[in-house]
Amino acid sequence: MEKFTIVTSSAIPLDIANVDTDQIIPARFLKATDKKGFGDNLFRDWRFNEDGLDNKYFTLNNKDYSGSILVAGHNFGCGSSREHAAWALVGYGFKVIVSSFFADIFKGNALNNGLLPVQVSKEYINHLIYEIKANPNVKLKIDLRAQQISISSSKRFENFNIDAYKKACMINGYDDIDYLLSKRIEIEAFENTLS
Amino acid sequence: MGKTLFDKVWDAHVVDTKENGPQVLYIDKHLIHEVTSPQAFNELEDRGIPVFRPKQIIATADHNTPTINQHLPIKDALSRNQLEQLSINCKKNNVTLYQLGHKYNGIVHVMAPELGFTQPGMTMVCGDSHTSTHGAFGTIAFGIGTSQVAQVFASQCLLLTKPKSLRVTVNGKLKNGVLPKDVILYIIAKLGTNSGTGYFCEYAGEVFDNMSMEGRMTICNMSIEMGARGGMIAPDQTTFDYVEGKEYAPKGDAFDKKVAYWRTLPTDVDAVFNKEYTFDAEDIEPMITYGTNPGMGIKISENIPHNKDASFVKSLEYMDFEAGESLINKEINYVFIGSCTNSRIEDFRVAAKYIKGKQKADNVTAWLVPGSKQVEKQIIEEGLKTVFDTAGFELRQPGCSACLAMNDDKIPQGEYCVSTSNRNFEGRQGQGSRTILASPLVAAATAIAGKIIDVTETIKTLEFA
Ligand code: SF4
Repeated sequence: MEKFTIVTSSAIPLDIANVDTDQIIPARFLKATDKKGFGDNLFRDWRFNEDGLDNKYFTLNNKDYSGSILVAGHNFGCGSSREHAAWALVGYGFKVIVSSFFADIFKGNALNNGLLPVQVSKEYINHLIYEIKANPNVKLKIDLRAQQISISSSKRFENFNIDAYKKACMINGYDDIDYLLSKRIEIEAFENTLS
Repeated sequence: MGKTLFDKVWDAHVVDTKENGPQVLYIDKHLIHEVTSPQAFNELEDRGIPVFRPKQIIATADHNTPTINQHLPIKDALSRNQLEQLSINCKKNNVTLYQLGHKYNGIVHVMAPELGFTQPGMTMVCGDSHTSTHGAFGTIAFGIGTSQVAQVFASQCLLLTKPKSLRVTVNGKLKNGVLPKDVILYIIAKLGTNSGTGYFCEYAGEVFDNMSMEGRMTICNMSIEMGARGGMIAPDQTTFDYVEGKEYAPKGDAFDKKVAYWRTLPTDVDAVFNKEYTFDAEDIEPMITYGTNPGMGIKISENIPHNKDASFVKSLEYMDFEAGESLINKEINYVFIGSCTNSRIEDFRVAAKYIKGKQKADNVTAWLVPGSKQVEKQIIEEGLKTVFDTAGFELRQPGCSACLAMNDDKIPQGEYCVSTSNRNFEGRQGQGSRTILASPLVAAATAIAGKIIDVTETIKTLEFA
């Protein structure tokens, strides 16, 4: 996993609530047995028309918008537990998803892939989307150590929460397997207490 | 202060607690399938880590499998490859696999309980969000991502923060024709799709006490659709009777000892939940969804509500419905009875009871997909298949099928499907398809009428528990 400290980038707005993982990556693309290539099919059915050409109304195809931060609507990542959704977002080039609410499993999957879910207030999301739409070149800054998100066009910033352990993992590029393997003795001792 | 069912099971599985951080939770049973396991096996292999406790894992092929001609080689190369990978991985790592065609093969959340692999008081995971189904046994069961599948392979544990507790109580007696599916669709419609996020939900009250294991599984299955990681129902005699004698269940004295322990699990009377909701069984009626998330449900006799919210408007646009309209008399060309929500024997009994002596409408393509080989066998043995065949329904072979349309069972662009599955997301049943979630009874009635009808009118002479 890549180390994460600060990301500064322009952002792409996706002003839709309840974006489920079936939209992020439709089931018909889940037939791979490795983690590569999912970015090509990110938001497949919103991004492309039936004829396979770009849907010019979809935010990812809007030439004005670019960057490694997605600013999304409430309850992002609900539905299926498929980690392919996180792989698709990472594969496409996203490093941060900002939303006013994340579904549980998605949040965990994102963190396990070095993709930072930043949860902020609904007001702040509205502010970000307003600012980005007014000027797509504004930069968002996400500082993980300080747990703070800010936007270059205004003085408004917000702090966000993250589990201290997960934060350390993101900053150092560790994952849970390393930690769990270090607990083998405790785990085996626990097993011996089971009947 | 007393403990909840969830607390008791959780606390019994904590191996270690990280200061100001997550806990190491021991996982008793791990279910795997072809779609979310290959990358986890790869990860372990790349890092040279062996599977720690292969005996605590079972595997099945379900998501990507065809539902006709299962004895023939799979045509789609990618699907075939995924199943081959699963066989290779299981063999290499000594994991028991119930592969396509095996008498115990089926949808992971249908076949594991049938085998008694699911038991009360356990912790259980699977790389699949509907793992919540197994909570029907008083088990802590929840879906995980592939990275976590790898973690459980490596250590039989997960690092987790204990979720908050939520209880939904439904007292009273359900009306004729109101099935477990209606109860859960009603709860989600009332509470919304993210009301449960961060919580584990216990279902309590007379309605669940009087429900069969099949019904309880339908309820717990959809906990994830209100955002909860899982749902649970206290184990009781109904649970013990279901588990007894099953393949993986303890036998003889060992079973009795377990039952004595399982009886200690129900929530203490003085336990306190972080959040509680209470509903009346009498208020629930057959339900149906009109939008693109499972919370967008109404009583079948109601009209679609008005709402100015952009996501709501977008959803109705996708479904091609109008706010304020009724769904009664909407022509429907596809009906799907299946999925880990409603593909157990009871679901097919309900459908058959309604269908018997009637004929499927000509405009309808109706797929009946059993949840497992065992359910399929029972359908045939109980004579239900004859009822279905005579009425013009197609009984297919077990698998996830049109629930997620990874195989060839896809609903065409723009078509409506009344489906007993759990998700009505855009394109869930095939690109551009429009899903209407309902109970097996409503689905059967739709297939017969060729359109949505108010079942409460047509079942007056039949008794549906
Ligand atoms: S039946 Fe549907 S919801 Fe259930 S496991 Fe299969 S794909 Fe998932």
